[in-house]
Amino acid sequence: MLLIGNCKIIIAVLYDCRGVLLFSQNLANNVNKKLSSFFLQGKRRGDKIFYIVTIGAAAYTLLMLALIVYTVGDGSQKIFSFEGIKFFTGTNWNSVEGRESFGALPYIIGTLISAGIAVAIGVPISLGIAIFLSEMASSKISTPLSFVIELLAAVPSIIYGLWALFVFRFWILNLIEMPLYNAFGQSIPFFGVTPFGLDWFTAGIVLGIMIIPIVSSICREVMRAVPNTQREAAYSLGATRWETVRIAIFPYAKSGILGAAMLGLGRAIGETMLVTLIIGNAIGAAAIPTSLFSPSQTLSSLIANEFNEASSDLHLSALIGLGAVLLIITMVINIAARLLVSRMVKVSAGVKE
Amino acid sequence: MRNQRLLGLIAVGLLSTMIISVSASQKSFAQSQVTLNGAGATFPFPLIDTWRVAYQKVHPSVNINYQSIGSGGGVKQFTAKTVDFGASDAPLTATERKAAPGAVQIPETIGSVAIAYNVPGIPTKTLKFTGPVLADIFMGKITKWNDPQIQALNPGTSLPAANIVAVHRSDGSGTTFVWTAYLSKASPSWNQTIGASKSVPWPTGIGAPGNEGVANAINGSPNTIGYVELNYALTTGIPYALIKNAAGNFIAPSLNSTQAAVTNSPIANSLPAGDQTWTKVSLLNSPGSNTYPIATFTYLLLYKDLSTNPRLDQTKAKALVDFISWAITDGQKLAANLGYVPLPAAVVKHDQDTLKSLTFKGTPLFTGP
Repeated sequence: MLLIGNCKIIIAVLYDCRGVLLFSQNLANNVNKKLSSFFLQGKRRGDKIFYIVTIGAAAYTLLMLALIVYTVGDGSQKIFSFEGIKFFTGTNWNSVEGRESFGALPYIIGTLISAGIAVAIGVPISLGIAIFLSEMASSKISTPLSFVIELLAAVPSIIYGLWALFVFRFWILNLIEMPLYNAFGQSIPFFGVTPFGLDWFTAGIVLGIMIIPIVSSICREVMRAVPNTQREAAYSLGATRWETVRIAIFPYAKSGILGAAMLGLGRAIGETMLVTLIIGNAIGAAAIPTSLFSPSQTLSSLIANEFNEASSDLHLSALIGLGAVLLIITMVINIAARLLVSRMVKVSAGVKE
Repeated sequence: MRNQRLLGLIAVGLLSTMIISVSASQKSFAQSQVTLNGAGATFPFPLIDTWRVAYQKVHPSVNINYQSIGSGGGVKQFTAKTVDFGASDAPLTATERKAAPGAVQIPETIGSVAIAYNVPGIPTKTLKFTGPVLADIFMGKITKWNDPQIQALNPGTSLPAANIVAVHRSDGSGTTFVWTAYLSKASPSWNQTIGASKSVPWPTGIGAPGNEGVANAINGSPNTIGYVELNYALTTGIPYALIKNAAGNFIAPSLNSTQAAVTNSPIANSLPAGDQTWTKVSLLNSPGSNTYPIATFTYLLLYKDLSTNPRLDQTKAKALVDFISWAITDGQKLAANLGYVPLPAAVVKHDQDTLKSLTFKGTPLFTGP
């Protein structure tokens, strides 16, 4: 009897233990569920926060653009209501009180021609550097050389301007401009003006030198990204070095090279202090170059020159108007570049006959 | 982990102690220091900076902070009352005076313009010019150095048959204002087509930024001519020319000849009151046998009732008036060394009269003679 009683007690205790175990298991499960849901939510919450932060960063860019467009538009309202569309086509620049008249055409021309020369000189040389570094040089040469080029890209542009003002201008004056003037100055009006060294030609050359490091770095990276299989295929077909570059590298790297050229163009158009020092700073109708050696003026250099002392509201508004014109030109060039790049990418890359 | 936390706590503690101590010292510093903020023309900046140092030796609690952002910027900040005083090379125009009612103009020093040139073989102070000839050169009507008009003024000098390259200022500047004002007076066609202003549409020539840029452009290439601030020409040794004055003599720019332009000027004895318009004040072509034909005042701008500027309290206003009163008397002794023309006694007296008229909520501030 006592044994059965003991067994009953033992079984009852066991049942109780089981109950306790079950209960504690249940409790642990509940706690686990709550904790894991909390942490998972935390992960999702953190993810959400990250999402919001990155959207904020992107929105900041749009916000900055909107603010710039608003400020420039608001500030140039006065000159556009004063001059209207003539601001884009006029050639005067008179801030004398009572005779105000402002027109941006000479500076648009100056900006485009100096940037044009910069790209015409800078991009082919950059391409040559990039091809040499990615295709032909051994790594013993290409590594230090690329390092030096990236160092050059980091040099502030005003240092190029100072060097051009004190040294380079005399090289161009004595080695290129004077001989051309002496040989053709009397016969061809394009070489007719007495060269001084401070003109849009020198400015274009120095701008070209300034954009070479950046454009060549990007071109080099783009060319290195071309898969080796393309090169091997070309070489195995018996192509020479140049043919390999032409048929295997360029089709792949086309859009990247064009993007690099557009970047260089954008930098050349927006460059201010360098241009102010060496472009000769002509004003008004005299800023439209009649010869290779004429002084000229760009939009940004005129703003840099006159913003400090401009006191009348109309003069200030005219300078902000120049900024608006520069913004429009930059946007047009960027859109054109995008369209060009997208059209090029549509053409398939690969070994071409 | 614990070490990192400890280090972090120590760093925060140090940083906060630094910030607290700096701000505390600044507060006590600010209580004893008076800082006068001014902005304006670049031309008098070296002089004002020298005054700042010299005045602090006499009044250690007064510090002057002058930003040389240009005359245009100075007038703008003065009108907006974001500075205690402004400075401008050109007198306030009618529009500017309307925008800043109650403004007074106090001439602080005198400047002038020298004609610098670089013609190989011709030393300094040799070439002679007249106003009309210079106007024609800068307009592009006279293009060669051996033009008969230039040769007639310099009979003994052999001039090359080279093209003249005229160098002007590319940035807006008070020097340009004086120079174009002189050319407008000398040549009616300049006055009609171009006029006088801090930046004008130059028909020809190269522009360079700043006096240094113009001097560099002139020095760097032959057959050039340009205009620079007088003190710049005197201190850098660039060759400069003689200009015909109203009496018919060819005078070289110097401190004496420019000061004579002020003392002999008829307007010097009838200067307008500080709060009236100064646009008619012209020191160009002053009479006298040894006067240089180009001279200009450069002005300090203040409000007649200094309390209208919310930045100023009684102490600051008094300190400002005391500083200006020192600058136009003792401060002028420092001008000649820097190449600035000291104010003649009559102008100093006139300035003191203007200072006497300054008040702060009705209380006059000037305690000098």
